[in-house]
Amino acid sequence: MAEREIYLDNAATTRPHPAVIEAITRTLAQEWGNPSSLHNRGLAAERLVGEARAAVAGTLDASPEEIVFTSGGTESNNLALQGVAHLARGRHILTTAIEHSSVLTPLRRLSEEGYEVTELPVDGEGRVSPERVAQALRPDTILVSVMAVNNELGTVQPLEEIGRVIRRHAGGGRPVYFHSDGVQAWGKTPLRLQAWGVDLLSISGHKVHGPKGVGALFIRKGIRLTPLLGGGEQEGAVRPGTENVPGIAGLGAAARLLASDLKDLGPRLSALRDQLRRGLAAIPDARINTPAAGAAPHILNASFPGIRGETLLHRLEMEGIYTSTGSACHAHDPRPSHVLLAIGLAPDLCTSSLRFSLGRFTTTDEIDAAAAAVARAVAELRPLVR
Amino acid sequence: MPSTFLLRYGEIALKGQNQGFFIETLARNVRRAVEDLGPTEIRTAFGRIYVTVDTEPAPAAERLRKVFGVVSLSQVREVNLDLADITAEAVALAEEAVAGRSDVTTFKVDTRRADKRFPLPSMETSSRVGRAIQDRLPQLRARMRHPDLLLQIELRDRAYLSTGTIAGPGGLPYGTGGRALALLSGGIDSPVAAWYAARRGAVVIPVHFHSFPFTSERSKEKVVDLCRALASYTGPLDLWVVHFTEIQRAIQTAVPDALRVLVMRRMMMRVCDQLAPRLGALALVTGESLGQVASQTMESIAAINAATTLPVLRPLIGADKTEIMAHAEAIGTYGISIRPYEDCCSLFVPAHPRTQPTLAEVARAEAGLAVEPLIAEAIERSARMAVRPPERTPATQGTP
Repeated sequence: MAEREIYLDNAATTRPHPAVIEAITRTLAQEWGNPSSLHNRGLAAERLVGEARAAVAGTLDASPEEIVFTSGGTESNNLALQGVAHLARGRHILTTAIEHSSVLTPLRRLSEEGYEVTELPVDGEGRVSPERVAQALRPDTILVSVMAVNNELGTVQPLEEIGRVIRRHAGGGRPVYFHSDGVQAWGKTPLRLQAWGVDLLSISGHKVHGPKGVGALFIRKGIRLTPLLGGGEQEGAVRPGTENVPGIAGLGAAARLLASDLKDLGPRLSALRDQLRRGLAAIPDARINTPAAGAAPHILNASFPGIRGETLLHRLEMEGIYTSTGSACHAHDPRPSHVLLAIGLAPDLCTSSLRFSLGRFTTTDEIDAAAAAVARAVAELRPLVR
Repeated sequence: MPSTFLLRYGEIALKGQNQGFFIETLARNVRRAVEDLGPTEIRTAFGRIYVTVDTEPAPAAERLRKVFGVVSLSQVREVNLDLADITAEAVALAEEAVAGRSDVTTFKVDTRRADKRFPLPSMETSSRVGRAIQDRLPQLRARMRHPDLLLQIELRDRAYLSTGTIAGPGGLPYGTGGRALALLSGGIDSPVAAWYAARRGAVVIPVHFHSFPFTSERSKEKVVDLCRALASYTGPLDLWVVHFTEIQRAIQTAVPDALRVLVMRRMMMRVCDQLAPRLGALALVTGESLGQVASQTMESIAAINAATTLPVLRPLIGADKTEIMAHAEAIGTYGISIRPYEDCCSLFVPAHPRTQPTLAEVARAEAGLAVEPLIAEAIERSARMAVRPPERTPATQGTP
């Protein structure tokens, strides 16, 4: 394998930041107490958890008591959806066709329990229209779940407008809860939960240079979710179990990091992404699937017709360049991505797509090298597949 | 606590002058299969092999039931040739067998007297032991056909008692059948074919054609895992990973679409044809099953076969896919084979492959290929990997 490594799979996971590693190892080595213990050791651990909670809340324009720590994005999504569904009266749930499987699967399970789930289609850029949401809302709708940023395309969803539509619909009647999967948005695009009227938002640590196995769910004050697990009183009894203190400390460190430079990081990633976009667009027959406007700064999806994404991925790997076909969670699923199918891409373009995702450590030299390598690889592979 | 097993071998007993060689090989394989579990003692006598391993019975049985040449095995208790000792042990075994089992209500004692120095005839021994069991366990009824509990007594130099039989794989001892290269694609069929050849005693040398970046590292790992599963039957295997990328590239550029898979198979045959003599192999083993896919029609098989002078053994030629899958499941390769990584056969499969190619047509298709240098390079860049049997966890299965 090549000596250099250009990691462009940051939407799958990111390299932990040194500050995160430091926070985790320090906690493991020194603050190993149980936050529930009455003694000083417990108190020290509890403080760490509290500091992390405050740091996460700060990035979301939320108050600390609105943050519940979980094992990651999947659990946050499951907790939000099942927790609300079992709480509310009414049987109708609205979502989109391009959600992550950790939203679609629990919702499909709820539909087997008798809930009615509507999956709204998206346009050619992967965006759901607020008008469609307005049309689909019913008197018995209890929940709307729309992701903030799509993980395969990077498309930003109009959460603010959707929030407005929901408020108008709910006005005076019973509440319609608004959940958003914010895993790909956190630290990349602004999240104005209060202004948008989002009630529940899922985030994950390892997408923002934090550790795996830890995430959080924002739960608007006043909402009491049904817990998934039975156990103790931790995390307001919504998420029982002894806190993953080292992971939470690492998540807190990641939150502080992204709070420190959110204003700079977004534009910097956007510039890199645009540079990559120009490079890839110059490749004959390449099709850029990520919309030119209204996309998160770190994701670029492109198709190279006639070449299987997997082959191109491995070919780039030979030069130390790491990318993804579809999203990493179902990169092994031979079926074309449900997201790319939902935006109306022909199956051939779906199977020939590659996702490049940037992170805080990506440099402009890396982007140049990657674009050149893709051009070379495509030129080399294309005659082989005709 | 040492566990003793009686192993029965079928076909070997019919061998003439070479019988000794087969039994020695089998005994050696049996020793290799279990000796890492604990000190092992092996005796061969009267058409049986007795193995005593200083370990729990379950892990030893799990290993022994995978030794080729073993038709069946039973865990046995050994006692002196004395009716009182035999009866006591038989009652104890029956008590163990019914403990907590309400479904065991009938039993039978079956005695074989190989050593006629024992004074009592077989039938008489059975009925006396049976009566003793019934006295102790009145809930058991004697039944001659399909008893729930069959207690077997073999009277030889000593008395060997057992209450259950575990099926072995049968076949001939591994290593008695010459060497063959077994082509392993990573699919369902090829490991089953390799297993069948190994079961007839052939030493198999798995060969995998690796085409990175057209196939992934994970597809190679899959083949390693398949070899590991096979190695639980054969012992350590030498996997050859042939660098096939350049050949794939050349085929994609120079060969017409409809004949690519066929030419690819022919190139594999040519690689093996040159690799085999270096590794002392006299034949090839493939997972082909007549008519299963386009490259397995009679015409295709003939065209592929023409690329090698070695005999190509096709143990699955007459098997249906469902049978092959069931067998793969039984030998533990199915779950590995269905992992969703591309193998070299499923890549670049044309929409309309030729099913009735002629040799002339194939020769024309290969005209643009620099066959000799491609083969030489592929072999040059091949690598050998030693694959050991898996870390075998104590088995829970196996009949009592």
